Amino acid sequence: MSGWRARLRQWREAVEKRLPRRWSRALAVLLIAIGIVLPFLFPPSSGFMNATIIAITYAVMALGLNVVVGFAGLLDLGYVAFYALGAYTLGWLGSGFFFRLHIHVLVSPVVNSLQGVHLNFILILIAAATICAGAGALIGLPTLRLRGDYIAIVTLAFGEIIGVVAVNGQSVPVGGGMTLTAGNLGISAVDQPYFPGIGSFSLLNLRPWYWLILAILLFVLFVNIRLRDSRLGRAWIALREDEIAAVSMGIPLVKTKLLAYSIGAAFGGMAGAFFGSYYTVVNAAQFQFGFSIFILSMVIIGGLGSIWGAVVGGLALGYINNYLIPDVLNNLPSHFGLNFQLTQVEFGIFGFLLVIMMLLRPQGLIPERRRKLELTAQIAAEDAQLAEVPGTVAGPT
Amino acid sequence: MRTHPLVAIRHYAGRWGLIVALAALPVYYGIQDLVQGYQVYVAGHAVIHHDLTQLGYDVAQGLSNGAIWALIAIGYTLVYGIIELINFAHGDVFMIGSFTSVSLWGVFGLGLTTGTLGLTWGLLATLIITMIVTGSLNVLIERVAYRPLRNAPKLAALITAVGFSFILQNVGLLWRGGSPQSVPDLIHVQQTVFTIGGVPIQRGYILAFGVMIPLVFALGWFISRTRAGRAMRATAQDPEAARLMGINVNATISLTFLLGGMLAGAAGLVYALYETNIWYFQGFKAGLIAFTAAVMGGIGNVRGAVLGGLIIGVIQSLSDARLGPQWTEAVVFGYLIAIMILRPRGLLGEETREAG
Repeated sequence: MSGWRARLRQWREAVEKRLPRRWSRALAVLLIAIGIVLPFLFPPSSGFMNATIIAITYAVMALGLNVVVGFAGLLDLGYVAFYALGAYTLGWLGSGFFFRLHIHVLVSPVVNSLQGVHLNFILILIAAATICAGAGALIGLPTLRLRGDYIAIVTLAFGEIIGVVAVNGQSVPVGGGMTLTAGNLGISAVDQPYFPGIGSFSLLNLRPWYWLILAILLFVLFVNIRLRDSRLGRAWIALREDEIAAVSMGIPLVKTKLLAYSIGAAFGGMAGAFFGSYYTVVNAAQFQFGFSIFILSMVIIGGLGSIWGAVVGGLALGYINNYLIPDVLNNLPSHFGLNFQLTQVEFGIFGFLLVIMMLLRPQGLIPERRRKLELTAQIAAEDAQLAEVPGTVAGPT
Repeated sequence: MRTHPLVAIRHYAGRWGLIVALAALPVYYGIQDLVQGYQVYVAGHAVIHHDLTQLGYDVAQGLSNGAIWALIAIGYTLVYGIIELINFAHGDVFMIGSFTSVSLWGVFGLGLTTGTLGLTWGLLATLIITMIVTGSLNVLIERVAYRPLRNAPKLAALITAVGFSFILQNVGLLWRGGSPQSVPDLIHVQQTVFTIGGVPIQRGYILAFGVMIPLVFALGWFISRTRAGRAMRATAQDPEAARLMGINVNATISLTFLLGGMLAGAAGLVYALYETNIWYFQGFKAGLIAFTAAVMGGIGNVRGAVLGGLIIGVIQSLSDARLGPQWTEAVVFGYLIAIMILRPRGLLGEETREAG
């Protein structure tokens, strides 16, 4: 077993030696190039393209949640709140929902004549990120004194409150006969992204949507990598590992934690705004607690704290949820004489994945090196330490 | 040692702030009823009343609801007290308890036509079997999902707990379908037994308290008087020291899960009788409410869990009756956040490592 592994490592090192320096950068460029040309291999509005777009959006959300849970170690169970806020930002600023207002900024000539607030999609993305960053800091404030499970509960409570407000928002007036949300009916006829020179997006051709979300993913990835390697990223990890030690070393607790919430929330808001436009409706029924757990599953299955893990986890669960379960395996139980469809029990499947993952491979598919050591090597090190102490009997390991 | 004045201020501000926050709703609606009055229909005519009967009705309703939450909250508090884990699956164990007991009614042939004697024995047997089923289920979950992770970071066990919660929900979904099911109103819960100061006391209230109070006293006796209970307290205080004193820590933790699961099962039966409808999602909401109750009372404290359950029940019923049931969830969670800010250790709790 160990000989086999050692040979594998030798082989990998030999390959790495022959590859040009900074080959990982070359690999990244290659992957991006493949990502850009990928849509030409599929029909412009196939089910697979649709699943790919949704999966990439999930990956963006997973990257955002990874900042909070993975880097800073703050278990956020209310992440769906930022999906909701991002989507509502789009609903408010990119539709005829506020029908008494007439505000148009850089939108297509068709939309220009419609009532309501219509901003360019890029402006809406920025607004969504800003609003969610503020909300993230606000939600983070009451958790500053708390640790661990209590943070999970407070964030969960906020997520649920925002869900309740979204559902009941149609009875909350904001003046002029307009309401806060459209509840379960949904804000519909939201604007599609429009760029001068390119034109409006349409659901008949999914390729522009794909490139847009790919660009968002690359931007978020870039920010994530730079953050991880920055002073702030190291401060998050220090806080995660030992809060008291980190604070006594001069890390500003409040600022560092709130920045984690804000930045994670901003990414979630951008993905939410994209989803709002892509689904063409902002419906309160989308914002369920289960979705927070779904995103959390992506982060955990990918590997807590690992950027590439979050991307892989997001893509994997995105494909499983939107392609494998509904399109490929849905009728699987009926082949065994069972009378249900897999889509009914998808959250059970994700729950099962979470349990199995935690029991068998808690470090995730692509573990962050530090956490992997923590979860695997630490136990071995402790065993070794125990074995050294005279008088204690260490059992065979 | 002198306490820093700021700490002392925070201490009192926290406790009194919490009490003011808890009293806000009943006091506000009480004054509203007295000053503005409320409409009552007497023989088809609208009459304005200026008294506290309506409030009393809401409070009585809330207290009996709260008795159910208290039973669930004890499960949270026991488990948290001993291994500092929020057992997210606990609410769904309660849901399985409801489902099991309704299935058992079918097995025992209990229906609307069953006589009093048959009903009493049938429900007692249902209660005992349901408690055994949910207790064992809870022990099983601990064995499979939490024990292997005892030495892993705490996040890991919390995540498996969430995973198990979803698994149980889907078991419930496949068991009885995705929409709420109404079950036979076996004991005619809304029938008034007697009235206190104009407030009707219904059979359901008596049922809820009649199950909750004996169980809580039995639990209190068990924890404070028996050897196993002493082992539980010792393990909660310091697992390592307890182990050195010869206590089987794993068995004690299993016992804790057994007790918590049994109480959740009892709550499940009472809920099915009381609400006369069940569905797979009931456990999620009940779990969050009960957890709020446990935190409000002071987590790790059984008396606190009961107190918190009753208070949350009243808040919930006031919000249901006055603000509308669609806002209740937000109100309860708003209270949860307020407690977390004002006094994370709750009404009766002591400082924990988690919430300083």
